[in-house]
Amino acid sequence: MAERGGVFAMLTATRGRGRFDWTDWATYLYLAFGVFLMFGPVLWLGVSSLKSRAGLDIYPPRFLPYERAQVHIPGVDRTLPLYRVTAGPLAGRELAQVRRIGLMAQMVDPAHGGTVIHVPFRDSRPVLRLHAAWSNYSALLTKLDFPLYLWNTVFITVVATVITLLFNSMAAFALSKYRFSGRGAVFLLILATLMIPPTIVLVPNYLIASQLGLTNSLWGVIWPGVATPTGVFLLRQYMLTLPDELIEAARMDNASEWRIYWRVVLPLSAPALAVLAIFSVMWRWNEFLWPMVVLNRSSKFTLQLALNSFQGELATQWNYLLAMTVLTLLPITVIFLFLQRYITQGIASAGVK
Amino acid sequence: MATLALRDVEKRFGETEVIRRVSFDVADGEFVVFVGPSGCGKSTLLRIICGLEAATSGDVLIDGTRVNDISAARRGLALVFQSYALYPHMSVFQNMAFGLENLKTPKAEIAARVAEAARMLRLEDYLQRRPTALSGGQRQRVAIGRAIVREPRIFLFDEPLSNLDAELRVGMRAELAQLHRRLGTTMIYVTHDQVEAMTMADKIVVLRAGAVEQVGPPLDLYNHPANRFVAGFIGSPRMNFLDGRVTRSAAAGIGIDIPGVGRLHAPAQLPVGTAASVGIRPEHVCLGPAPANTVTGKVAIVEQLGGLSTIRLGEPDITAQLPGQTTLAFGASATLNLPPACLHVFDETGRTVPALATAALAGSPA
Repeated sequence: MAERGGVFAMLTATRGRGRFDWTDWATYLYLAFGVFLMFGPVLWLGVSSLKSRAGLDIYPPRFLPYERAQVHIPGVDRTLPLYRVTAGPLAGRELAQVRRIGLMAQMVDPAHGGTVIHVPFRDSRPVLRLHAAWSNYSALLTKLDFPLYLWNTVFITVVATVITLLFNSMAAFALSKYRFSGRGAVFLLILATLMIPPTIVLVPNYLIASQLGLTNSLWGVIWPGVATPTGVFLLRQYMLTLPDELIEAARMDNASEWRIYWRVVLPLSAPALAVLAIFSVMWRWNEFLWPMVVLNRSSKFTLQLALNSFQGELATQWNYLLAMTVLTLLPITVIFLFLQRYITQGIASAGVK
Repeated sequence: MATLALRDVEKRFGETEVIRRVSFDVADGEFVVFVGPSGCGKSTLLRIICGLEAATSGDVLIDGTRVNDISAARRGLALVFQSYALYPHMSVFQNMAFGLENLKTPKAEIAARVAEAARMLRLEDYLQRRPTALSGGQRQRVAIGRAIVREPRIFLFDEPLSNLDAELRVGMRAELAQLHRRLGTTMIYVTHDQVEAMTMADKIVVLRAGAVEQVGPPLDLYNHPANRFVAGFIGSPRMNFLDGRVTRSAAAGIGIDIPGVGRLHAPAQLPVGTAASVGIRPEHVCLGPAPANTVTGKVAIVEQLGGLSTIRLGEPDITAQLPGQTTLAFGASATLNLPPACLHVFDETGRTVPALATAALAGSPA
């Protein structure tokens, strides 16, 4: 509850003490605009993912998941769309349309049935109903192998993050705590790789991966990306702030270099490791290009690749695409929500020093 | 339990000479203090002994064995860092147990040894706490405890008390001395505080600019400093120095003319005409006139400590520490005398000129 009080206090904070100043209004307006700008599309996506296929096609587009109302009339073997008559003697009544011929529509009254009424088509408007199409989501599980794609993505994300943390922290430990000739050069070389766009190494990487027989294997996605200059840099900068005396103390305590790394340096680098872990999870979860190159078999697809497969050459199943996009976004959002504290903390401590 | 010997140890960082040909011996069970102004290389020397820094040349011998090429961990020494260097993510118990765990000591023995050290250092109630939840003095004791549990051959302390407040420092000083008596282990202690050196050491090594100035028991250094630097460094308040020139020489001693003071007689031998300086400790300066070596001046500073009084003349600059309380006030004229037997004479290079045999006995303050 204290948390809520905190949030409330934050949301009603003013520049001075007491009443709202015009600068407060301006600030809140600006912030609200920012929220709308950034959160609007996400909200649109979330709501749209609940629209049925027909609902997505409604023109003019509606924000909420509306859908054309349908009725079932006894004696008719299919459901009929409902229309509201807007002019003429029947104005205000809701009728089901059987068929449309030219400018005239054949309607029946769902309440009475049977008798066909002819209504000019332009005098009727389709009736819209709110309808959340949860089937978009349930279909993902039945029609599509969503659990498999999720598993592939989770496997890649978790394993790659663990390996990234391990390798990068070992490199950072050596670069920050050992004095050896060429240390600066090695570090610069690692940083220099930041300047090479990933597209340039895409083909060489693929050739290596295929030579090693890593294509169509999740490991083929994991290995090429585990050594990241960003990670080494982030961790090295953090480890530089750990006092050398701690390592010397451990050395006096008969600790092997591995134990110094594992028992002293690694636990103390936890904040920086957390930051890198978050980064790595985000990178891996959203990674698209490299998995697309390496993985061709749909049984090895990640979520991002599966999403891509919805976009056909001729038709795109927007309702499923949107639902899956939401599902894909969810885990990363949750992770970010809980760990964002570490991100700011880690970036602050890694950058400034 | 071990002896330590340094033989011509040198250390250079590039062109800079940090340690210059240092040699001395430490006997088994001795408490040796390295003292010197900051930047004199005393911490570097300590790090060379414990193996965290390699000597450029020279030998480090522990129990007669050359250990230059043996790693820090294998030398069997324990170092207490100035910053304590406690592992912040481990509890007090884990901090003390870490070294033993690395040696694959059985769990039961680790627990027993840590418990024993904790009892000795009164840390039993804090074993499960993190170092950040401890006070400065407690952290200091944990750092010492971490050294004790490993039962090292030699304890090394790098300015361990410099982060504590004055009161705690006096208390810890006594505790460390007591610990040394109880354990009987050889200890080497680095400090820039000559009071710590005087109160704790069996033997003091005075360092300046990477070179040993003098090695000896505290009182030897106090009574017979080898040169002007040691004379000035050991003793508080600092020794008074007066610079002049030898103008008379006789069998009983020499006369040195000091500008603004006059001629002082000292029982030493130096050729007439050479530059010399005279030193006298404030506690040896007496109030009132005497047949020789009388100095008169105006009082510039008076400090009444109750049991002791310190007065300082402005011109010439002489500090005197007098027993009891004084009626002298700022601006008053005071006559002091400098007993010849208590004078230290230094030649132009700053080296001590040995006192004449008869005076040497009388020169030692009772």
